[in-house]
Amino acid sequence: MRDFLWLIPLFPALGFLLNSAVGKRAKKGFISWVACLSVFFSFVVSLILFFEFLDLPPTARLFEQNIYSWISSGEFSVPIGFRIDPLSIIMCLVVTGVGFLIHVYSVGYMHDDPGYRRYFIYLNLFVFMMLLLVTANNILLMFVGWEGVGLCSYLLIGFWYEKDSAANAGMKAFIVNRVGDFGFLLGIFLLFVTLGSRGVWTLHFATIQQNAHLLGPVAGVITLLFFVGAMGKSAQIPLYVWLPDAMEGPTPVSSLIHAATMVTAGVYMIARLNFLYILAPETMFFVALIGVLTAFFAASIGFAQYDIKKVLAYSTISQLGFMFLAVGVGAFSAGIFHLMTHAFFKGLLFLGAGSVMHAMQGELDLRKMGGLKEKTPITYYTFFIACLAISGIPGFSGFFSKDEILWQAMSSPKGHILLWLLATITACMTAYYMFRLFFSVFHGPCRAPAEVIHHIHESPKIMTIPLMILAFLSVAGGYVGVPAVLGGGNLVGEFLAPVFSLSPHKEVTWRLVSEAWAATGEASHEAGLEITLMVVSVIMALTGIFLSYLFHLKNPALAERFVERNPRLYRLVHNKYYVDEIYHFVFVRGLFRLGDAAMGIVDNTLIEGTVNGTAKLLEGIGGRLRKIQTGYVQEYAFILVLGAIVIVGYLILYPLF
Amino acid sequence: MITELPMGFSLLLSGILFTIGAIGALMRRNVLVVFMCIELMLNAVNLIFIASDRLLSSLSGNIFVFFIMTVAAVEAAVGLAIFVLVFRLKGTVNADEVNLLKG
Repeated sequence: MRDFLWLIPLFPALGFLLNSAVGKRAKKGFISWVACLSVFFSFVVSLILFFEFLDLPPTARLFEQNIYSWISSGEFSVPIGFRIDPLSIIMCLVVTGVGFLIHVYSVGYMHDDPGYRRYFIYLNLFVFMMLLLVTANNILLMFVGWEGVGLCSYLLIGFWYEKDSAANAGMKAFIVNRVGDFGFLLGIFLLFVTLGSRGVWTLHFATIQQNAHLLGPVAGVITLLFFVGAMGKSAQIPLYVWLPDAMEGPTPVSSLIHAATMVTAGVYMIARLNFLYILAPETMFFVALIGVLTAFFAASIGFAQYDIKKVLAYSTISQLGFMFLAVGVGAFSAGIFHLMTHAFFKGLLFLGAGSVMHAMQGELDLRKMGGLKEKTPITYYTFFIACLAISGIPGFSGFFSKDEILWQAMSSPKGHILLWLLATITACMTAYYMFRLFFSVFHGPCRAPAEVIHHIHESPKIMTIPLMILAFLSVAGGYVGVPAVLGGGNLVGEFLAPVFSLSPHKEVTWRLVSEAWAATGEASHEAGLEITLMVVSVIMALTGIFLSYLFHLKNPALAERFVERNPRLYRLVHNKYYVDEIYHFVFVRGLFRLGDAAMGIVDNTLIEGTVNGTAKLLEGIGGRLRKIQTGYVQEYAFILVLGAIVIVGYLILYPLF
Repeated sequence: MITELPMGFSLLLSGILFTIGAIGALMRRNVLVVFMCIELMLNAVNLIFIASDRLLSSLSGNIFVFFIMTVAAVEAAVGLAIFVLVFRLKGTVNADEVNLLKG
């Protein structure tokens, strides 16, 4: 299969083209088969490659293939080429696997939507772009995928474009991402120029890795610029504001793009460029700091939201923060591991939310839900599993990945006890707001109007089966990364190790990089401390769940009383710390003002003045000159003769003087 | 025997004819007369060509004359055709009543 890497992104591209070509009269069945199968085939190819990897020794697990020379100029060339290594194969499996389940779910969820075909066209295009992003073997092709998923995100957020809010949310996502992508692009330029000035014209990952030592201190700036791109795409402070609004899109889209895959692209990018990041310890610290702050900040907003999808959106931002914390402290494989488990349980949570909305006729407000447990049992149990997984209850996937991150945050050479503390508190908060959501939806009395209650029903099989598979993965997905201290082998870490090690480096780099690794590398697992940390985090998670139970199920009056006592705090959190308003005031209004000023001074006065002044001047001159044209032929002839006389007279008289 | 006219007479006559033509072309209103005046000017020039050919025993001036006569004929044909149309349009061929191209 190693010569057929291009098959992975090919299938969704074919699905996209075929569904675009068939026209409006195509049957829904045909469209869904094409869309789902194209992703499924990619999944199969990824799976075959994965098993091929398992047969190879770890150092040989790297396939590269160039299929087309895209840009070629002197020494510099950019191919359309693919690179499959343990990191990208995990990403491929997650994207196509979870993507396939969500496609199937969408067949049920979007069944009565008039934009059915358009939806699947966008979705296949998205999967294609995402696979391009994770399989590219050079930064430029990766950037194409990076922008492509941004475009699909925009198209799918604004899928119901008749709604103003959806169209605006799409634009907001696109513009905020633009800010990040600008940084990313600058990073590419700087990397390219810096390496080029030292004689290596390349954007190819492996070549950059071999020559990373040439970058010197510039690596810090480059990685920082790349991280700005990651901030936008992966919704970190300060560019996270687009993700909650992105919930305007259809729920499966939120699940696939805005929880499981696209938003994790930033984490993937940092893991992919780990050889640059370890050369820039300052940037790594910054990444970890932003990650943990985002995790904490977003989790706190999740406390006071009543929109089921908004809570999940803030939870996604928070979990992404965890991943950045992991890669920031040098635990790349822990970050990727959490990315994977998060894709399972957060994808499941969103699909579960979609199922709830399906049952409640599109209701999003937690205050109008409740008591769905009996009527939607499958949704209830799968959602429960996902909540346990995200809270980090032992035995579920989230526990293993989150604990690994917490442990690394504490004890890796780049970690710090404060990072750990903040992350652990956040884990407690996560458990609290997830179970607040869970209790409000499924337990207690139903607060919906009677006719809605009457219609509550479980979703069709095509929606519940993906839920069950994801629920299974949310439990089982963690067992590939059981830490050694609990008797596991941390298979995922071992599998990823070749990507995050120094073997491909040249001699010079090797020394430099191995020093960097020695100062970075993942912590050795001290059993005693690790067990202690684990117990602490489990206690925190249970505390969160218990508090949630107390406040939202046993005695809802407690929560209300708390709100009444602290109205200011409540309003502040409920309004998301007014960040949107501040951004609106500073950036949006600021830009409008700048635009007005530019319009008034530069355009209206300067440019208009120049243009109109020129016109006026010429008009004035013309107005005078036109009087010469009298229209009488004989006057013209007279002037002609006069001219002739003057010239002849001159010629005659000149020699005389 | 009539002796040859000196060159000076030819030049003088030509000058007089040219001036009459030029003044006529500028002063007369009727375009037909203007045309005739232009012909007069052309022929004044022709006269100089012929006379100087005679003096210099050359033939190139004659060639010019043929060309000028051709051009004059063509000009008259086109010009008169134009003024037939102008007359149909405006009922007059007075030059100072045709000033549509006034600026």
